[in-house]
Amino acid sequence: MAKARLIGDRTNKMMVQAMERRAADVRGRVFQITLLVTLLISLFILGVLIVDVVVDAWGVLTGRPGGFLSGTMRSLSGDPKLGVQQALVGTFWIAVFVAVLAFPIGIGAAIWLEEYALKNRFTRFIELNIRNLAGVPSIVYGLLGLFLFVNSLGGLTGGKSIASAGITLAILVLPIVIITAQEAIRAVPQGLKEGAYGVGATKWTMIRSQVLPYAAPGIFTGTLLSMSRGIGEAAPLLLVGAVSGRLGSNPGFFDFSAINAEAFMAMPVIIVEWVQNSGRDPGFAEAAAAAIVVLLVFVILINAAAIFLRNHFEKKRG
Amino acid sequence: MSDTRVDPAKGFSVESLTANPRQARKERLIRDSLGATALVSVLISGLIIWSLFSEAWTFMVEVDWGSVWDIGWFPRRGIYDIKTLIVASLIVTGIAMIVAGPLGLGAAIYLSEYARPGVRRTLKPILEILAGIPSVVLGFFALEWIAPNVVKTLFGGPAAGSLLAAGIGVGVLVVPLVASISEDAMKAVPMSLREASSGLGARKITTTIRVVLPAAVSGLMAAFIVAVSRALGETMVVFMAGGAAQTAVYTHDPLDGSLPLTAGMTSLARGTDSVVGEGLTFQSLFFVGLMLFVVTFALNVAADRFVHRVREQY
Repeated sequence: MAKARLIGDRTNKMMVQAMERRAADVRGRVFQITLLVTLLISLFILGVLIVDVVVDAWGVLTGRPGGFLSGTMRSLSGDPKLGVQQALVGTFWIAVFVAVLAFPIGIGAAIWLEEYALKNRFTRFIELNIRNLAGVPSIVYGLLGLFLFVNSLGGLTGGKSIASAGITLAILVLPIVIITAQEAIRAVPQGLKEGAYGVGATKWTMIRSQVLPYAAPGIFTGTLLSMSRGIGEAAPLLLVGAVSGRLGSNPGFFDFSAINAEAFMAMPVIIVEWVQNSGRDPGFAEAAAAAIVVLLVFVILINAAAIFLRNHFEKKRG
Repeated sequence: MSDTRVDPAKGFSVESLTANPRQARKERLIRDSLGATALVSVLISGLIIWSLFSEAWTFMVEVDWGSVWDIGWFPRRGIYDIKTLIVASLIVTGIAMIVAGPLGLGAAIYLSEYARPGVRRTLKPILEILAGIPSVVLGFFALEWIAPNVVKTLFGGPAAGSLLAAGIGVGVLVVPLVASISEDAMKAVPMSLREASSGLGARKITTTIRVVLPAAVSGLMAAFIVAVSRALGETMVVFMAGGAAQTAVYTHDPLDGSLPLTAGMTSLARGTDSVVGEGLTFQSLFFVGLMLFVVTFALNVAADRFVHRVREQY
């Protein structure tokens, strides 16, 4: 009996000790701080990146912002007419191709997969195929563009033209559009669909009147994100043949004859071009930084628009 | 209401439930056109494989295989040393994973296990911004900032491009990818496992390392594999910061410049306005592309398996 009490006392003491030691969990604190540091390193790199680019670009952007946006490609970085106008036109047309080709096809495919397709092996194969396409390196799409649109179908697209580049990038972002639209459509409550059927709607009427409006914010966010991916992509354009160094004409934004002209430029490519030129003419590094700021403004604006529109729709729904 | 087919004389029958033919035709047309858009993705895969194989086949049949194992990558002179490109790709990918593995995993564990909801809501979008930055921008950053400030200062390498600078740049690029897939995997671990572990008296660190991480291991593997696949296929950073212009002599020193697979292809397409030169230069582009495609495809399929395993478990 006395022995038992002794053990009980000792256990009590140990428990009290164990509980008191909790405050000094050194390993735990170190672990948590290490984790936080890894996260902060990533954020720090992002901060340094933005500061570095903006500092490099400062001279050009504050010195002659208008001239830089309306200027063209030049062989010397000191040229006052140096600018990104041709690249902006190219990127504008690429965005048009992505919107006209990838959005309808991608959303259509997503509707079919979620609402019409039977859950069989064929459907699973298509879905697996789409996931794999999303993981194909962008440069491989460039090879497809080079083989198919520049060489095989060169008569139609004009060879190394903005049409070839635009179609290639539309194909590149298609899997992203499909996957994000599928997720949005999958989130539509079953009750809404059944309600539509209950009042006699056909399948398509149900999709048009219930599924698409409900899924619209999600689909829209996905299309905007794929758009920002598309306009930032450079590797496929290098293979499809964005020109290096010179560009004969200086097309306007709505110059349709430029679509299949044998020369084009785009924002990400002009950055590569100028970074490479900076080897012989260091001033081009600043021009490249300024072009990066212009590109980043577009990319971030598109992403912000995606978030804003999503919130707007969600508020309306709530 | 005009197309209801209820005949007042006959009353309500099964026939009155069938759609009118025009409506049914329209429905079928819509279904078939939507199905056709879904098939476009299959068509694209077919075209990718066809374009890669047809040109790569010409290369494999006609090339002198001695020139595929040589001193370096000089495609315009008919020397297509594949091992130069492969070794450079492996070095860059290895460095990228050394950078992105710990950073991405650490960030994921913090966001999933430690961060309070408010902190998470602020930090996560910033990581997503990092994920949205175009790779040309990271290429510029790797060349203009990482090379002089990290590679030169810390490792005594060149202030210009090198495989190390490119590798660190690619690493930064895949951090958000590793973080987001790993975080998803850890979020999928049921709360009951954590509660059971705490109930047995385990500390947070023990719960995290001994319970949550092992339970999420499939997803973490998937994150790692997807990141490797992405790093192998990354083009702009290695092309801009890899430190080699158009040709490269074989090297396995990370402080040297060389051409990974993707940079080799880009520089070939970039060197002149059209890909010309030695007879098989154009085809060699597709041969390298085919190798890259096969490897990344295998990695993506493997990652997909792991992701499915997570879904089946919980």
